[in-house]
Amino acid sequence: MFAELLQYLLSGLTIGAIYALAGLGFSIIYNASHVINFAQGEFIMIGGMASATLTASGVPLPLAILIGCGGAMLVGVLVAKFAVERARNASTVTLIIITIGASIFLRGIAELVWGKDFKRLDAFSGETPIQFLGASMQPQSLWVVGTAGVLIVAIGLFFAKTLTGKAILATSHNRLAAQLVGIDVKRVVLASFALSAALGAVGGAVVAPITFSYTEMGIMLGLKGFTAAVLGGLGHGPGAVAGGLIVGIAEALGAGYISSAYKDAVAFVIILAVLLFMPNGLFGKRGTERV
Amino acid sequence: MRKGLLATIALTAMTAMMAVSGLMSGAAQAADPIKVGAIVSATGPASFLGDPEKKVLELYADRINKAGGVDGRPLQLTVYDDGGAADKAASFTKRLIESDGVDVIVGGTTTAATMAAVPLVERAGVPFISLAGAVVIVEPVKKWVFKTPHTDRMAAEKVMEDMKKRGLTKLALLSEDSGFGKSGREQTVAVAKERGIELVADETYGAKDTDVTAQLTKIKNNAAAQAVLVFGLGQGPAVVTKNYRQLGISLPLYQSHGVASKEYIRLAGGAAEGVRLPAAGLVVAAQLPDGDPQKKVVTEFTKVYEDSFSTEVSTFAGHAYDGLMIALDAVKRAGGTDKAKLRDAIEQTKGYVGTGGTVTMSAKDHMGLTLDAFHMVEVKQGDWALVK
Repeated sequence: MFAELLQYLLSGLTIGAIYALAGLGFSIIYNASHVINFAQGEFIMIGGMASATLTASGVPLPLAILIGCGGAMLVGVLVAKFAVERARNASTVTLIIITIGASIFLRGIAELVWGKDFKRLDAFSGETPIQFLGASMQPQSLWVVGTAGVLIVAIGLFFAKTLTGKAILATSHNRLAAQLVGIDVKRVVLASFALSAALGAVGGAVVAPITFSYTEMGIMLGLKGFTAAVLGGLGHGPGAVAGGLIVGIAEALGAGYISSAYKDAVAFVIILAVLLFMPNGLFGKRGTERV
Repeated sequence: MRKGLLATIALTAMTAMMAVSGLMSGAAQAADPIKVGAIVSATGPASFLGDPEKKVLELYADRINKAGGVDGRPLQLTVYDDGGAADKAASFTKRLIESDGVDVIVGGTTTAATMAAVPLVERAGVPFISLAGAVVIVEPVKKWVFKTPHTDRMAAEKVMEDMKKRGLTKLALLSEDSGFGKSGREQTVAVAKERGIELVADETYGAKDTDVTAQLTKIKNNAAAQAVLVFGLGQGPAVVTKNYRQLGISLPLYQSHGVASKEYIRLAGGAAEGVRLPAAGLVVAAQLPDGDPQKKVVTEFTKVYEDSFSTEVSTFAGHAYDGLMIALDAVKRAGGTDKAKLRDAIEQTKGYVGTGGTVTMSAKDHMGLTLDAFHMVEVKQGDWALVK
């Protein structure tokens, strides 16, 4: 009984850590530009595909991840520069639709570059399951949770300690004021896209051994990440992380105790409930008017 | 006088020859192409099925034309890509019938696409050979609709036959939340009843799920289960297989024919060892005994496919090959492309040896495959091995 619960929790934690990373990416971009970037899932895909295909052709794993990261950052900046920035004065809805367009475009390009089949990436440290109080987990799960943890702390420090991080925060609080004190808002937006692209790409690389990578892997991860971000309160970093873990664990428990048929529904029921009853999310500031 | 006679004979001969050659060229011009239409999902979520199908149809249309066509008539192939959307499949079917005026349609990669096309071909009266799996396509029998792949029902039967041989009677089912998986689930439930197999668990997972340990934990804790059957396509079954080993479940694991491609073994890696599944002879071409009627066909097809595309042959490519060949074989027997005669000829297909098995159709059976068309294979050292 306990082992069963523990197994569900461990499964939920692994999956939740992935959602948390995706959710964090949504939050960073939302903060800097008030755009909900639906191409976030595609950054994850780029990271996963690049590391899987590069290692398959003999590139060492760390280098492959770095290249994937670099590629995703470049793509992120290009999306920001040529798709989002050009429509600067458009309404939020238009911007969101633009990012959806960008995500479809990126998937198409990826299909041309990498083909349509699934790519396999070997687990970073073997596949011997780790037994833990009667439950078992793949060693790769530790990599996912660990990487997510490290990245989340690093992002926190980046915002708190560095000038660029503070500039992004300042822009999120008051764009006009930030501009007045000499922050180059355009560059902040570019930096935020690059940052969340890198975050997504690393996430994609560490989850690829569990999920396999393919050009459409970003769709569901992106949607779940969005759920996580909304649940935590859009633009609230730690909130997105908590949101991701909650969604992941709720899904695993739902599949285990209720019915596996409704597993995906769990996430979307959560998002509906949040939007209806607490539109600012669990941790979002109440009554903040973001226009 | 003599000279004159000779000249006359020569002249007559020449005119006669000219007339004959004239007739012949006339005949060649009059040989209308055999118009074969195809709707496949070459892009979109089912592209791993539709893409090889499209390639095979184009490859063989080309080869047949180079070899002089069928009964001296060239083949004119029109392929449309429905992108995996049933509504597009319907509108392309309409276009094939109304503006392209095709004689026969091959295709409908997925069951959904096929079922969308069915009412249109039934109304227009165009022979239609589907490449999709579900049993609903040919049961109940529809006048103009045929199919080449094995059904999910046959897969379930084959698996349970193998279970019986091993003395197992209690099955845990884990099916995918997709058209293929749902239909497979229904058939498994029905076949289990007939064959006296008890279903002790009935779980599902999403086609894009990255973790199914929750469902598998339930099955693991189900003391009654003696074997597990997974019904799905694509990467899902590979995820299940990996999770299965992660949880250390020791029950025999069966998969459906939906994963009968090397891709599955590649994705699941070592976790796939020992997994059993029903598969067409094409998958184990090299291992078939020499006396097997399919041996020659599948070896040849594998060679042509792999030489042309330098990728591994898949059963789905084989379905398209079978569809095209059955259609052309029927054209020969019907002596033309009169649609009603062609339909009858397809229905009378008898002993056609294809990549899927030996096809003998009848008015009651528009697929024509028996359970013998499936071979039970087991994954051993990263390759398929026939279960004896």
